[in-house]
Amino acid sequence: MARIILDRLKERFGADVLETSSQHGDDVAVVTPARWREAAEFVRTDPRCACDYFVDLSAIDCCDNGDPEARFEVYVIAYSVARKHRVRLKVRLPEDNPEVDTLIPVWVGANWMERECFDMFGVRFKGHPDLRRILLYEEFKGHPLRKDYPAQQAQPLVAYREGTYDKLRPFLADEGMPLDRTFKAAQDPD
Amino acid sequence: MADVELETRVVGGGDAGFVTTKFEALLAWARKYSLFQYPFATACCGMEFFAAASPRYDIARFGAEAPRFSPRQADVLWVVGTISQRQAPVLKRIYDQMTEPKWVIAFGTCASCGGFYDNYATVPGIDKILPVDVMIPGCPPRPEAVLDGLMLLQQKIGDGDRTTAVVKNTQLPDGAEEKLERLYNIRMRP
Amino acid sequence: MEPIDLEYDDAELELPSEPMSLNMGPSHPAMHGTIRMVLKLDGETVKSTDIQPGYLHRAFEKMAERGTWAQVFPYTDRLNYCSPLLNNVGYALAVEKLLGITVPRMGQLLRVVHGELSRMADHLTCNGAMAMELGAFTPFLWYLKAREWIWECHETQTGARMTHSYFRIGGTALPATDQFVARARKTVQRVLEVVAEGESLLLRNRIFLDRTQGIGVLSRETALAYGVSGPMLRGSGVDYDVRKDKPYLTYGEVDFDVPIGEDGDTFDRFMVRSEELRQSARIIEQTLDLMEKVDPRSPDAKVSVDDPRVMLPPKSEVYGTIEGTINHFKLIMEGVDVPAGEAYAYTEGGNGELGFFVVSRGGGTPWRVRVRSPCFYSLQSAKGLIEGGMLADIVPIFGSVNMIGGECDR
Repeated sequence: MARIILDRLKERFGADVLETSSQHGDDVAVVTPARWREAAEFVRTDPRCACDYFVDLSAIDCCDNGDPEARFEVYVIAYSVARKHRVRLKVRLPEDNPEVDTLIPVWVGANWMERECFDMFGVRFKGHPDLRRILLYEEFKGHPLRKDYPAQQAQPLVAYREGTYDKLRPFLADEGMPLDRTFKAAQDPD
Repeated sequence: MADVELETRVVGGGDAGFVTTKFEALLAWARKYSLFQYPFATACCGMEFFAAASPRYDIARFGAEAPRFSPRQADVLWVVGTISQRQAPVLKRIYDQMTEPKWVIAFGTCASCGGFYDNYATVPGIDKILPVDVMIPGCPPRPEAVLDGLMLLQQKIGDGDRTTAVVKNTQLPDGAEEKLERLYNIRMRP
Repeated sequence: MEPIDLEYDDAELELPSEPMSLNMGPSHPAMHGTIRMVLKLDGETVKSTDIQPGYLHRAFEKMAERGTWAQVFPYTDRLNYCSPLLNNVGYALAVEKLLGITVPRMGQLLRVVHGELSRMADHLTCNGAMAMELGAFTPFLWYLKAREWIWECHETQTGARMTHSYFRIGGTALPATDQFVARARKTVQRVLEVVAEGESLLLRNRIFLDRTQGIGVLSRETALAYGVSGPMLRGSGVDYDVRKDKPYLTYGEVDFDVPIGEDGDTFDRFMVRSEELRQSARIIEQTLDLMEKVDPRSPDAKVSVDDPRVMLPPKSEVYGTIEGTINHFKLIMEGVDVPAGEAYAYTEGGNGELGFFVVSRGGGTPWRVRVRSPCFYSLQSAKGLIEGGMLADIVPIFGSVNMIGGECDR
């Protein structure tokens, strides 16, 4: 199967591949945060891996492992259409300030997944051009898929906001309608 | 004119006869059989709303066939599906844009009370943000229940009743239960 | 006298246009599903766009962490509500992968038949809605009529029209009824007739062709990098179908083709879905044949695994024996004890690769259920399709992306 990817990764990155496993036939490699993007780049471009298809990126909150240095596990799954194998790369991030390189230069599809990951877990992606909430709204406080966020903790309803005329730049996650009759912002000289 | 019979009097007879009635009763009668609807379809229930509008169930039989996708032209706001916290201001805005008289139908359990999505993201029933006339339970309700809900609304319009009503189980006609039990060999009665 | 226009160069006649921002959605009639697009227009050309999903975020993944493993099924129904049973299958397979169990043959066949029927309903809805948004209302009504027949077929089996929750961890809720095979055969035939009828209205229709052909072209490389899957990816010419590339259940035993588009435009995506309807029908026909060949006395004829740790006992035992009652109680209250570990299982959903990434820490409650929802990926790529095109083309492009709110926003 896809053991080849794991072997190639270990060959290339040596001790930076912290562990590998193949539970239930899913090949997993855990890499260090420093070489996260490099590993992804390698998996995509190496001719024997050739994982050109971006499958998924998300995170797991491992708050039960008792190690604040490895609370979040961010994973990315990639697949090779030609070679028909897939691999899951993982990186472990600390509880305070979880941050890792963005994968957008490798797979452009990582854009929204990283935004979602930020929205749900608060993991930040270094170099992401547009890191804002995607499924929830700006006023939302906290990150709901963290285990310490109670599922039923509702937040107050947001009021309807008047949109600003030049809201396209910068794209704000604004709930208003840009063409409101009042055109408050449009009357401004700027 | 059978519905406004109580307040209606036929004066004279033959070809030259005319009818007197109360203006309000006539207006209510006219309104309830020409409901222009605004389907605010968000989720799964939208599929059943399609089904109710399509030829088999044919909501047009009740004078409610014309969807108007501008809230200013609509009489009935069908809130079809889950309303999330993010969606709520938008729904409120649409309701405010509708002209009087206006009615609201909460289609499905999610719109009525939030359903089994009792979590941070979902509004637990649209009656938290706007007045509701008819609630149709079901996840999603069957088209028959939808038609029941529409008929209930028409009855309420005729009566001038603005309290919230819930669609109940349909009462089978006399003898129907025995017949069903006999035909399908099932027990319907407790 | 010469017309006055000729004195001017064309370029001079161009009026200077202010860029205009326009808000499409979240409650737009052509946006089936709730989504908001902020568009920046130059005349009728879309200069840039910001697609904002999330208006139907219902916290599926959070809710899944609250109950037992089996209690996730009703939530999966409401992910892609056009094809609920495909979601049921995907989730069941993911948990079964963790548990290391395989469903008996009859259960697998039932899953294939119901899944493919669901896929037919999904594609009918998508193609019908897309035609409707281009003004062709009749095919939509016809396709809905056909969808009703499929739902009836599901209803006789599962008891629900739409949200079935029919599959269980380790099998199905009930064996097939006596009439199921005959009814499914008849339904498929009737649906195919309707599909041909609908196509006869569309495929020689100038408006439909002009508005779909060459519109919203998605290249092969972009599609791959965005993680687009399903009919949309195949429309772009990539031969990737999970049913073929990694056959699960009994897809390896049946003969079917994977339709591939050439240009990657809206029309190709429509045609891929149309053809997939026929291929699904072929799969169903062959699977029904396989079902009839199963010896009713053999263990293959069971629909669920015979393991009291996973499957609920039959009702007669629950009410009649103390062991059955305790077994039932433990399974309902504590859930199936899934060993610790994590697994990613993927199936071909209505819109593409539907993956469930499940993490267990042991015990009856999932630690994390992540759904890889195909729409989310397709929708992300739609930004590139819309920009540079005309405002009116958003509608057919969006119809062919087939964004389903429940699945996209979870």
